[in-house]
Amino acid sequence: MRFQLTDEQEALRAGVRALLARRFGPDALRAAVGRPGVLDRALWRELGAAGLFALRLPEAEGGAGGGLPEAVLAFEEAGRALLPGPLVATHLAAGEVAGAASGETVVTDVSGGLVEWLAQADVVRGDASGAVPVRSVDPLTPLHRAAKAARGATPAPDPVAVLLTAAEQLGGAARTCELAVAYARTREQFGRPIGAFQAVKHLCAQSLVRVETARAAVYAAAVTADRLDIATARLLADEAAVRGARDCLQVHGGMGFTWESEVHLFLKRAWVRTHRAGLNTYGDDTLAEDLLSGTA
Amino acid sequence: MELAHSPEEEEFRARLRAWLAEVLPTLPPKPSPGDWPARRAYDLGWQRMLYDAGYAGLHWPVDAGGRGATPTQHLIFLEETEKAGAPYVGANFVGLLHAGPTIAAEGTPGQRARWLPPVLRGEEVWCQGFSEPDAGSDLASLRTRAWRDGDTYVVSGSKIWTSHAEVADWCELLVRTDPSAPKHRGITWLAMPMDAPGVTVRPLRTLAGSNEFAEVFLDEVRVPVANRVGAENDGWRVTMVTLSFERGTAFVGEVVACRRLLRELARAAYDSGRWDDAPLRRRLGRLNAEFRALWRLTQWNVSEAERTGGVPGVGGSVFKLRYSHARQELFDTAAEVLGTGSLDLDHPWVLDRLSSLSYTIAAGTSQIQWNIVAERILGLPKGR
Repeated sequence: MRFQLTDEQEALRAGVRALLARRFGPDALRAAVGRPGVLDRALWRELGAAGLFALRLPEAEGGAGGGLPEAVLAFEEAGRALLPGPLVATHLAAGEVAGAASGETVVTDVSGGLVEWLAQADVVRGDASGAVPVRSVDPLTPLHRAAKAARGATPAPDPVAVLLTAAEQLGGAARTCELAVAYARTREQFGRPIGAFQAVKHLCAQSLVRVETARAAVYAAAVTADRLDIATARLLADEAAVRGARDCLQVHGGMGFTWESEVHLFLKRAWVRTHRAGLNTYGDDTLAEDLLSGTA
Repeated sequence: MELAHSPEEEEFRARLRAWLAEVLPTLPPKPSPGDWPARRAYDLGWQRMLYDAGYAGLHWPVDAGGRGATPTQHLIFLEETEKAGAPYVGANFVGLLHAGPTIAAEGTPGQRARWLPPVLRGEEVWCQGFSEPDAGSDLASLRTRAWRDGDTYVVSGSKIWTSHAEVADWCELLVRTDPSAPKHRGITWLAMPMDAPGVTVRPLRTLAGSNEFAEVFLDEVRVPVANRVGAENDGWRVTMVTLSFERGTAFVGEVVACRRLLRELARAAYDSGRWDDAPLRRRLGRLNAEFRALWRLTQWNVSEAERTGGVPGVGGSVFKLRYSHARQELFDTAAEVLGTGSLDLDHPWVLDRLSSLSYTIAAGTSQIQWNIVAERILGLPKGR
């Protein structure tokens, strides 16, 4: 058993992180918030050229021949950077929708009764007719609510979409833990960094415990692609992302409540992602039913 | 990243399974929990069987008499023995997991030859004399004193939370040999014979009603200087070598057992009609995710230990924190399934629920573990 990243996987992760740091750093994030509803198509093509969408396509089809573990590592980085856009939908469309793999075509889908980035997408998978715009809580994810009839007809969600969403949640959770720690080390009150106080220290430590537990669950699901492993990954990653962002906000105090701070963006994106593929699909009910099945 | 086992690992598992199927039916009946001499005999008997079959000290280094197994093999061993219902490490715990590894790492050749083989063969039991009434989380503030008198130390003080003290042959003891030094630098590690004059053991009744621990009172107990492992006043470092020895496998058997219990809980809820209670059902589903993830975290930590060839360090704190809280949640949920049955001490889950309360306290409270994670992994400043 070698349940650790290979050297190639470490390199892939570092490569994606470097690309996103260069092309979607804090300034680009701020600029994106200032242009709500507009997707950076040049960046999208760059992501395509870098292989984010074609990652799992065979090399003969212009892909990178990667597997789910590679995709999970790349989407974890996307989550860390708060990269906007229908990334998961476009990734899943690669090889099926022309131009998706290369980043020429932006593909979204109807998922969990919602459609992300409908106005900017070239192709919508699923029935978005009659979809109504929502004033989205997340400034970086425009949302439409699918018409009632379409919501009922939504096919069973792709487990890979659930897993890659969990990977994004993991990345966001890891980043909010880092942001909380960085702030706790530098912000001083009562003559010392607030991170010297146990009440603050414990919030940070609890964030890390959630991140590392979720990481094991998400990576294992990437290796096995098992339905129950994916359900486990989803539950743990959603919890790590939402609670991690909440605790990060708390550690930031008043600054965390401002629009200027980036912390709220992590929380809002985490909330949006918990609804992808439907709130309770691949959730605790699936895992409860498993307990009554014969095998351990 | 992979979770598959190598052919060698699968062969190890198959051989172990076959051996367990052969020997477990030959075990004597389990002793009653209150009969300490019988428990000692039972646990030592099991250790002797492991020794005869070549499984004793599986994770110990070969030059200490162990098998030098990989962390993954150790994981398989713990998983399979639990699944087969084999006895727990029990009275051999301190010898195999604390005192033995310390002596293996820091002892002289003579000390290793004297103390390690009887642990592996199931002949001697060790207990641990670390905590004191006034030195719990702040272990380094311990005050049990030891004076030199020729070639012996004279030890006076008291220790607490000592498991198996009533039936132990030896105690790995931390004593203060230099009261004027900074607290971490005046501590010495001694192997104390439990039958030495001046040693008094008093059982300590836990909230579960059982005598799982003891207090140990030391009144001018004479311990040969030859029983000191490591240098005088270097005992803190010597002890930390031990505490980081376990490579992420400390709770493997328990996680396997928790996952089995969770299935029994779901079945009990189903049979009693409680399965239609959606919040309860979801809580069970949530716990399934929790323990599945803890199993994956164990596999991750073991693989990391295998890759680095060393110790997982504070990664063990992350696991311990998550697991100890999950275990309490599991038994609280068991109580919910049992309803009024949760007040009946004759139900085994009720005693397990009571003992689960120690998990967030023993071997470092959760509050101390959070400090460790925050300071040593996240790099937050020390201070209160």
